[in-house]
Amino acid sequence: MAELNTDGGGGKKGGKVRSKKQNSKVDLTAMVDLAFLLITFFMLTTTLSKPQSMDLTLPDKEDKPENKKDVKVDENRTMTVLLGENGKLVRYVGILETPVAGGTPKDFAYGKEGIRKELITRGKLVKDYSTAKGKPKDGMIVIIKPSKKSTYRNLVDILDEMAIVGVGTYAIVNEFTPGEQKLLEGKKE
Amino acid sequence: MGKIKMTKKSTSTDMTAMCDVAFLLLTFFILTATAKVPEVLPVDTPQSTVQTKLPATDLSMLTIGKSNGKSVVFFDLKGKEIRQRTLELMAQKYNVTFTPKESEEFGLMESFGVPIQSLSQILDMKAADRAKAGQTGIPKDSLDNQLKDWILYARTANIEINDKELQFAIKGDAKEQYPAIKEVMDMLQDQKVNSFNLVTGLRGKNF
Repeated sequence: MAELNTDGGGGKKGGKVRSKKQNSKVDLTAMVDLAFLLITFFMLTTTLSKPQSMDLTLPDKEDKPENKKDVKVDENRTMTVLLGENGKLVRYVGILETPVAGGTPKDFAYGKEGIRKELITRGKLVKDYSTAKGKPKDGMIVIIKPSKKSTYRNLVDILDEMAIVGVGTYAIVNEFTPGEQKLLEGKKE
Repeated sequence: MGKIKMTKKSTSTDMTAMCDVAFLLLTFFILTATAKVPEVLPVDTPQSTVQTKLPATDLSMLTIGKSNGKSVVFFDLKGKEIRQRTLELMAQKYNVTFTPKESEEFGLMESFGVPIQSLSQILDMKAADRAKAGQTGIPKDSLDNQLKDWILYARTANIEINDKELQFAIKGDAKEQYPAIKEVMDMLQDQKVNSFNLVTGLRGKNF
């Protein structure tokens, strides 16, 4: 983008020798380009560097046992997910001793093909069940039980699945029954 | 008999003003952007598809990671005034004194993980050396639970200064075992902080 010299080259009138006028303008295009490039860079990096986060709200912790209330929930709506060592994940539906049809303890993998499929199908079944009972708003309840051997990654992964599948009600429970302990320690199927 | 000459219009526009504005903005962004300080305790955060951003103020970050094979907790707080007030309250509680210079330094530093008794040693160091200092984490066992006090006083300071409840973020290493995370969560829950953020990285779309 060259600057056009517009102040005509009129040096021939009158025969006087005039020194040529130098154009005082500097071409700023490249400078502006560079400045905007840097602006864009700084704008994007300042907003992008904020780390992401996942909200987690836990229920109130009640220390006094007399204030503890056990909430009774329909066993047909609950799915318990046990997180074990080395990415082991066991789920059962309902009560461990008397699981709901098709809900016997079973190993699953994390991710798209594993637990998510199960969560989606089970979620649909629960929805049908609730609709039949006349309460279509009652969805599935997932109880997450991370064992002592499970890692933080496992916990975040399963919480992420909850967000992806859209399970509204889930709880993190730390107590393990002996039966559940056995399930996790048992050999991999 | 002069020929009528078409005056030639210049095709270039005056870019001075544009250039001025561009550089003004550039300066603004450069100055507001904070240089990334090397993390004192590097952790590999787990990934998730949730895309909520962390708040920039009224935030305290608890970093849980491994250092020398032990799981340690580091504490970080946003906001210089709040940090200084928290330090003041902690100093009172533990009978440690800090000089105004140390307090100033504390207001500007990032996360740390030492008992309060040896905090001034860390404050004397240059920012780059702190990462190499081998910080042992904030004591959090039942005999000497300083982490609990840091959390408590940080909340007090935040309410005093900003009149807002402090938010907590947990930045845990993906390989950290659940009990280590639970310990910190329990500590927060003991103070009736039931809602917190888990810091995660971005996961690919096709998960």
